[in-house]
Amino acid sequence: MKDEITREERVDNLKGMGCSRKRVEDARFTQGKGNYVDDIKLDGMLFGDFVRSPYAHARIKNIDTSAALEVPGVLAVLTAADLEPLGLHWMPTLAGDKQMVLADGKVLFQGQEVAFVVAEDRFAAADGIEAVVVDYEELPVIVDPFKALQSDVVLREDLVAEDGTIPDGAHGPRKHPNHIFTWEAGDKAPTEEVIANADVVAEESMYYHRTHPCPLETCGCVASMDKVNGKLTLWGTFQAPHAIRTIVSLISGIEEHNIRVISPDIGGGFGNKVGAYPGYVCSVVASIVTGKPVKWVEDRMDNLMTTAFARDYWMKGKISATKDGKITGLQCHVTADHGGFDACADPTKFPAGFMNICTGSYDIPTAYLEVDGVYTNKAPGGVSYRCSFRVTEAVYFIERMVEVLAIKLNMDAAELRRINFIKKEQFPYTAALGWEYDSGDYHTAWDKALKAVDYDGLRKEQAERVAAFKRGETRKLMGIGLSFFTEIVGAGPVKNCDILGLGMFDSCEIRIHPTGSAIARLGTISQGQGHATTFAQILASEIGLPADSITIEEGDTDTAPYGLGTYGSRSTPVAGAATAMAGRKIRAKAQMIAAYLLEVHDNDVEFDVDRFAVKGAPEKFKTMKEIAFAAYNQAIPGIEPGLEAVSYYDPPNMTYPFGAYVCVMDIDVDTGVPEIRRFYALDDCGTRINPMIIEGQVHGGLTEALAVALGQEIAYDDMGNCKTGTLMDFFLPTAWEVPNYETDFTVTPSPHHPIGAKGVGESPHVGGVPCFSNAVQDAFRPFGNTHTNMPHDHWRIWKTANELGLHD
Amino acid sequence: MIPAAFEYYRPQDMAGVLAILEEHGDDARVMAGGHSLIPMMKLRMADVPHLIDLQDVGGMSDIDVGTDSITIGALVTQSDIIDHAGLAAAAPILREAALQIADPQVRYMGTVGGNVANGDPGNDMPGLMQCLDATFTVVGADGTRDIPAREFYEAAYMTAREDDEVLTTVTIPTPKGGWAYEKQKRKIGDYATAAAAVQITKDGDTCSSVSIAMTNLSDTPIYSEAAGAALVSTTVDDAALKAAMAAMLEDIDPTEDNRGPVAFKKHVAGVILRRAIERAWSRA
Ligand SMILES: Cc1cc2nc3c(=O)[nH]c(=O)nc-3n(C[C@H](O)[C@H](O)[C@H](O)COP(=O)(O)OP(=O)(O)OC[C@H]3O[C@@H](n4cnc5c(N)ncnc54)[C@H](O)[C@@H]3O)c2cc1C
Repeated sequence: MKDEITREERVDNLKGMGCSRKRVEDARFTQGKGNYVDDIKLDGMLFGDFVRSPYAHARIKNIDTSAALEVPGVLAVLTAADLEPLGLHWMPTLAGDKQMVLADGKVLFQGQEVAFVVAEDRFAAADGIEAVVVDYEELPVIVDPFKALQSDVVLREDLVAEDGTIPDGAHGPRKHPNHIFTWEAGDKAPTEEVIANADVVAEESMYYHRTHPCPLETCGCVASMDKVNGKLTLWGTFQAPHAIRTIVSLISGIEEHNIRVISPDIGGGFGNKVGAYPGYVCSVVASIVTGKPVKWVEDRMDNLMTTAFARDYWMKGKISATKDGKITGLQCHVTADHGGFDACADPTKFPAGFMNICTGSYDIPTAYLEVDGVYTNKAPGGVSYRCSFRVTEAVYFIERMVEVLAIKLNMDAAELRRINFIKKEQFPYTAALGWEYDSGDYHTAWDKALKAVDYDGLRKEQAERVAAFKRGETRKLMGIGLSFFTEIVGAGPVKNCDILGLGMFDSCEIRIHPTGSAIARLGTISQGQGHATTFAQILASEIGLPADSITIEEGDTDTAPYGLGTYGSRSTPVAGAATAMAGRKIRAKAQMIAAYLLEVHDNDVEFDVDRFAVKGAPEKFKTMKEIAFAAYNQAIPGIEPGLEAVSYYDPPNMTYPFGAYVCVMDIDVDTGVPEIRRFYALDDCGTRINPMIIEGQVHGGLTEALAVALGQEIAYDDMGNCKTGTLMDFFLPTAWEVPNYETDFTVTPSPHHPIGAKGVGESPHVGGVPCFSNAVQDAFRPFGNTHTNMPHDHWRIWKTANELGLHD
Repeated sequence: MIPAAFEYYRPQDMAGVLAILEEHGDDARVMAGGHSLIPMMKLRMADVPHLIDLQDVGGMSDIDVGTDSITIGALVTQSDIIDHAGLAAAAPILREAALQIADPQVRYMGTVGGNVANGDPGNDMPGLMQCLDATFTVVGADGTRDIPAREFYEAAYMTAREDDEVLTTVTIPTPKGGWAYEKQKRKIGDYATAAAAVQITKDGDTCSSVSIAMTNLSDTPIYSEAAGAALVSTTVDDAALKAAMAAMLEDIDPTEDNRGPVAFKKHVAGVILRRAIERAWSRA
């Protein structure tokens, strides 16, 4: 047989790994043809919505639903009393706590779900909500976690024994009724000793404020109970559809095979859609009660005020070093405000997520971390907003501590980082707090980044600017923000990562069709990451069929293999690995078929792009397309018909993407307005599957980082009123606020991942937040600033300038 | 966010509008672009059982640039203002201000009449109109009357317009000299942290007249006569600027909100005013 096209053309035709293949999803998204939860309309579908508490802490004395039931179109109003006989008035959280589905005697945060109004449409539901009369008795409100640990106001009476003793929580002993857990990593005494005897110690307290993932599409679901066949179908904005199926089965008692969970198109998740919410439970119950499908979709205020927030970490750190700047020890204490219920979405054994990655990219011999979780009268959550579990917090902490240490040492912060980086030859590197970093080449990335931005030139310019400012020639200061981050993603090895006892493996199942096209199903679910594009590329390279001939399907638990879903940048590290492994199984069988067809021994053929060819005789080959057909039309001795494979992948380790970011910012001292002049982002995510998608992910993650660093927050007043419940006050940047981003990369493949990929969706957020923040802080460093808390909105920047006497 | 039920009317002429207003009194409200009113209804902060859409009434969408004065129909949108070349030449401050309101989508819908009638201290056009010494013409059951913009605003959402009157026209004496609309905001689509409208004329090197109004720094727009007086007959030097800023600060009364505390707002108000004056002066 003659080969008409070159090998290079054959590679291009596959659109496999490394190709900036256009996103196959975009045709429908850009034409308004997506299918989101709120697009689902079923015959006779009802709409449910919540009566929510206006108070942050109150006892409920009575709920009168009679007037609501008179509102035209209202069919039912559920309260905790209705759910109690089913045992559904409370539900388990992913963090080992439990949460009220509907207020059971009291409310613990503003916006808490009090009653569920079921009506013929959402308009009638809204009128019904107005007509429900709730009699509240206000209780003292605690919004400060430090005060919570001193207060004799008990927020969670359900967690205190009748004799007043405090039973252990899911993560061990509790010190106070409002205390949730203490979690430790590392060695306390040796760390304290190192710090006590160090040449130099820098200390800082910092607050990583509360914010919110705020996906464009809010959370919602449609529950449909078919009473004839006993099957429950639940469509929803679920980042982990299989886990939701298992949870629904466990709490409802419906057998798991009778539950079908479907995640349709999802308009962004960023961690907000990992957990289980009262809306899901109430919709299911309402569908069972009414026998009709029931839809629940949050509005923007519901979303910002009630479903999973992120951060709210009060961090106190000490970092010690020799006088030459070699870091010797690190200590961190966190007071973590979890709100009224502990509904963090972390692997079970990690109540503070992977906060113990807080030694960062540095070779720090001794470290100790202690985290105290606390209840307050705020909404529950504590999810990983565009990051792996609590990694933004950890990276912010260390990247601020390094800057604070640089100030103490009177050293350049770039140089201080360089002399402390873990060296290339130290990998795999076991950090003081336990993680084994798989790979890295930090010095190369750092040098490339500093050169790209002409770091020395920037510092010179900055010094000139300070001089000009002091001479009264300008009112603008210049800040140079640096950050070097190491992420820990791809949760994770089943030996240490599970959620509700479900190991955090992931999966892929492939079916090759006779004509040489394919469908692959995964246990993950895209929320905008472009899985249908990139996973097809992995497969194209692995099995030699064009990516355009491969359909990727996710999100339907009746068809997709079990998996733990998409968050924490785990899809490529875990499901991507499963995809490659399943592809390799296909290839192994294809090799046998090819050998049979070519009448040679199995070992005498080799894979080449899109075919198996006889070794040493490349003109003798069978394309994968031909092999696929043969798999279905020939009786091959010793080989079953068909060409399918499934792989469940339990990763041996996490992956550790890293990157080097630099931000140049000009700050108007008089108005507090920052202007980002330049942002350079170098990411190393190992093997690059689709450079264009990587760039898109970096742009998105940086934009959310800009938001968090420069203004995005969920703020409460002393009464526990949420002050930032709409997009007028909650900062969501638009094209106008976003600077131009320069992206760059190095490639350090993961040694244990089948294709060497590490995950990238969250890196830019993790590295971006400290970079923007450091730029603000750095602008004021020449005037004595060591640290100010985020978010750096206009008035807080102005306040920093004011306190440093720059307005006099 | 679902509004309470309401009746929707779309009368074809002003008589139809006035009849519905008369019939339902307080329970009826007119709607122009709906971009202030509908959000309030959705939040159930405004209860409007009878909603009267002005879009089909006609005769309120013209911009007329005369020699001495400019008239702008109440239904002229912010986007129309930006696109009107004659207006941009005659009163460039209108375009400069309109470009700082919300975003293009909102500006396609939001009207001049709605913006000035709304009475929200956050709206940019009330202060602008006070700076320009505009007159608002309203029509009611008893005919039309004119109300000067500088006398229109009583408190937040409280204006000199009666509930059964409709604002039809804004008339502005053709502005002279240099201009600036300076606004600090947190992001696109945000109301001002502080904004200043300045229109200034010079005679040789000295300032001959000036008009200054501030936005979102009190529960109404603030026309600061004193700030203007501090500049007239000066060369708009540093001392005069400082005097104008100090006079303005006497007139405003900002409150703390998510944009920041009072001290910050006052400081920024001064800075914004100074920049507005400097820019206007450079164009005078
Ligand atoms: C996201 C967003 C951002 C915004 N940002 C800004 C901003 O930065 N600056 C700014 O100034 N505005 C801003 N706005 C408001 C916007 O400019 C509104 O369009 C404007 O305030 C009102 O105009 P409207 O035509 O939409 O009025 P409507 O919403 O229709 O009406 C507003 C009020 O005025 C009354 N009314 C309207 N027309 C008349 C009339 N002819 N006679 C009597 N009463 C009348 C109505 O009854 C109602 O009470 C923003 C709006 C949005 C949604």
